[in-house]
Amino acid sequence: MIVIILLIPLSVLIAAGFLTAFIWAVRSGQYEDTCTPSMRLLMDDESRAERAKISDKDKVKQP
Amino acid sequence: MESGGRAVSLNCSRLMQRSLPENVSSHTETGGTLAPESIFRPGSPSSSGEQQCFHCGTPARNASFRKENKAFCCNGCLTVFELLTENGLTDFYQLADNAGVRVKASTKQDQFLFLDEPTVRERLVNFSNGKITRVSFRIPAIHCIACVWLLENLFRLKPGIGQSQVNFPLKEISISFEDDAVKLSEVVALLASLGYEPDLKLSDLESPKDNRVSRRLWLQLGVAGFAFGNIMLFSISNYLGLDTEQFQTLFGYLSFVLALPVVFYSAADYWKAAWIGLRRKLLTIEVPIAAGIVAIFGQSTYEVFTGTGEGYFDSLAGLLFFLNCGRLFQHKTYERLVFDRDYKSFFPLSVMRKEGTGEQSVSLSRLQVGDRLVIRNGELIPADAKLLSGAALIDYSFVTGEAEPSAKKSGEHLYAGGRQVGESIEVETVKAVSQSYLTSLWNQEAFQKEKKESLHTLINVFSYRFTRLVFLIATAAAVFWMFSDSSIALKAFISVLIVACPCALALAAPFSLGAAHRFLARRNVFLKNPGIIETLANVNTIVFDKTGTLTAVGAGLVSFQGAPLTNEEECTIFSLTRQSTHPHSVRISETMSHQVSDPVRSFAEKTGCGIEGLVSGREMWMGSAAWLGSRGVIIPDVGNNGSVVHLAVDGVYRGCFTLTSALRPETGQLLKQLSARYELALLSGDNELQRAQFNQLFANPEQLHFNQSPQKKFDFVGDLRDSKKTVMMVGDGLNDAGALKQSDVGVAVVENISAFSPASDVIMNASMVPRLDQILEFSKATVRVVRWSFIISTVYNVVGIGIAASGMLAPVVCAILMPLSSVTVIAFASGATAWMGRRIFDVAQVPTFAPMRISNPGNRERRQSDLPIGAAKEAA
Repeated sequence: MIVIILLIPLSVLIAAGFLTAFIWAVRSGQYEDTCTPSMRLLMDDESRAERAKISDKDKVKQP
Repeated sequence: MESGGRAVSLNCSRLMQRSLPENVSSHTETGGTLAPESIFRPGSPSSSGEQQCFHCGTPARNASFRKENKAFCCNGCLTVFELLTENGLTDFYQLADNAGVRVKASTKQDQFLFLDEPTVRERLVNFSNGKITRVSFRIPAIHCIACVWLLENLFRLKPGIGQSQVNFPLKEISISFEDDAVKLSEVVALLASLGYEPDLKLSDLESPKDNRVSRRLWLQLGVAGFAFGNIMLFSISNYLGLDTEQFQTLFGYLSFVLALPVVFYSAADYWKAAWIGLRRKLLTIEVPIAAGIVAIFGQSTYEVFTGTGEGYFDSLAGLLFFLNCGRLFQHKTYERLVFDRDYKSFFPLSVMRKEGTGEQSVSLSRLQVGDRLVIRNGELIPADAKLLSGAALIDYSFVTGEAEPSAKKSGEHLYAGGRQVGESIEVETVKAVSQSYLTSLWNQEAFQKEKKESLHTLINVFSYRFTRLVFLIATAAAVFWMFSDSSIALKAFISVLIVACPCALALAAPFSLGAAHRFLARRNVFLKNPGIIETLANVNTIVFDKTGTLTAVGAGLVSFQGAPLTNEEECTIFSLTRQSTHPHSVRISETMSHQVSDPVRSFAEKTGCGIEGLVSGREMWMGSAAWLGSRGVIIPDVGNNGSVVHLAVDGVYRGCFTLTSALRPETGQLLKQLSARYELALLSGDNELQRAQFNQLFANPEQLHFNQSPQKKFDFVGDLRDSKKTVMMVGDGLNDAGALKQSDVGVAVVENISAFSPASDVIMNASMVPRLDQILEFSKATVRVVRWSFIISTVYNVVGIGIAASGMLAPVVCAILMPLSSVTVIAFASGATAWMGRRIFDVAQVPTFAPMRISNPGNRERRQSDLPIGAAKEAA
């Protein structure tokens, strides 16, 4: 039974972690627009790959 | 009348239709537009094999705009294509076909310079630290996934622009940029050159709206839920017979710690509301709730710290969790819609001022009396002014309700709020913006104060009786035990307060009103807040506006004056008019009985003037009298009873089409149904031309009032309210704004939900006007559901109080009873409301259990109203 002394704070800690995640999500505005992120999902990753390419080029130029 | 334009726009929204909330996609369902910001919808694809513009889908007639084997309709679209190609943004065209927005006018570099004025800039941007600036704009042209993609890749088009993020349902974009690299005016110019010109209105200069309310509610709910779950974990072990003293104390303290944020954060709004209620000497629903929370928390803390028990912390957290669920459910508003607009939301942020020989865009706040302004087609006159030059044809439908634009001569006075149709005109302002005729309406008292929420709402009346009763029973129980067993007296008193905490009661109204709110929103009727339902249920007088509400422009007959048209002529007219998406062209082409399409050459559409083209070797001109007159056509006087489109063939006058504005289908039936139970009245700013027609519809001719100014409308509704009537005003224009504000429930009717509407409590799609009767009936049914929910929760309370008054309230009983009563009431309230709604709204559509109704003409008509507006018109 004494193991509960360890388990209880552990469970509360984990729960608090989830609460923190929730608070962060609300604060960053994720609950205000639940529609547009679903559209971003449908966009191709190509643009992101290209963006990476561009930033690589920049890195090369800089030095 | 399924126009190709709609097909195209549906096409590009098909991709994400599934992921959209039902109300968001509504902009593709409605055809008509009221707003100047409504985007250009691509025209009908031509049958004669013409190419569509690769960018926007408009038929591309001019062969000179070509690039990479792709056709474009205009130089604007071609430029955007080149810009996107150069910057490697061709993905735009992969995401959706013809996704672009037609660029109407080329953007001048200095057009937005006024945005860099410190006073304007400072109030427009959300955040600025001298290096990075963040600003958000409304862009009505955002309509599909490709728009989102392009706008979020803005940084690839202009160095200095950082992250940009689109909020699709709100049609908003938030952009951050480096101050050193780009100016605000350049960012806006870039957006405008792509076809996404931000909607800049005078109201944008006011303090930005706050979205912290909903965030706070989410956080309060989250904290309560977190505590509820964890405390329950400890409590369950207690209920199931955990008997180790050591753990009991530990769990007690842990529960206490977890309950603290619930009491002080999640319940904060209840403390505030109860305090305000008490100070005003009102027993609102928050008072017994706050008393219950105090009782539970006090008792539980006492038990834990004295080691006499484990307390009711689980019930407490559960209570707040459910209460906050209800609040969130009720507070879900349709942010996309703005209900409290005043003239500032209609007026542009800037106007073109004549300076010497040139023109400069200045912000409206810097406008002075005596300034000379250039007003282009479709632009609003921002202040009372005198016409200097140009053919002014002013559409006052938003200010006065007159259906037809009126022509003005040079030197005449023009009122603010009128919209110019046709060529550019030059005016000189004679009054300041805030002193003009229209804006002075807003300076009245009724607009200064917020409409107060009625204190005699159902819930407050009930809670008044309930609270007094609970305190009475609690005191009685305490007094009773005082004589027999004084140790139980305090416990009994507190127990009654705990169990009688009107959790279920407080949930009944939010959930049934909220469910009704959503139910109506799915049918394109949007309420400012769910509480409006209660007022709707009490309405006994309905006042209608005429233009745009009971009648729709162009819904009526199209008649031709002149020698009858030959079959061949009908074909040529049909061929010409179907090239244009102007509502008049669409109506005329529909009425042609010979619809054979001939190729049209050198077609041109001149906004505000008309259309021309060469069909079967004949030069056809169709349009306004002024336009044809300017080309040397002699036009006879045809009187003014509707919109008139003149026709000239090979430069010779041929006749004219008259399009009357007419009643919406089913108006007669609606008025008949309503007149049985409500007092009706008609207030129209228009002249008496249609009086005879309305005399048949309204039982009493005294109910009809024509030639009403906005001020008269305002006073009329005020008088009705003074005679203790609950008034619903149904209107559409700015001319009704006063009456809408003055009424108990103001209903704004719009053809397009995302179009602008005056301040009101309800925004309703025009197609729902015929179903007003059902909406009112549904509101009454919803209020009945709230009453029944009250009864259910009272039954629970009676059982609970019975146990509590006997002094035997065990935490486990409390822990079961409280959530159980909440869940039953929530399920009943939302379920019964939805069921009522389906019964009232759908019974006419689903004839399965009433097969006789199929042949009922009323039934058929009602089904028409579910069609898109265009289709309903066709059926009429």
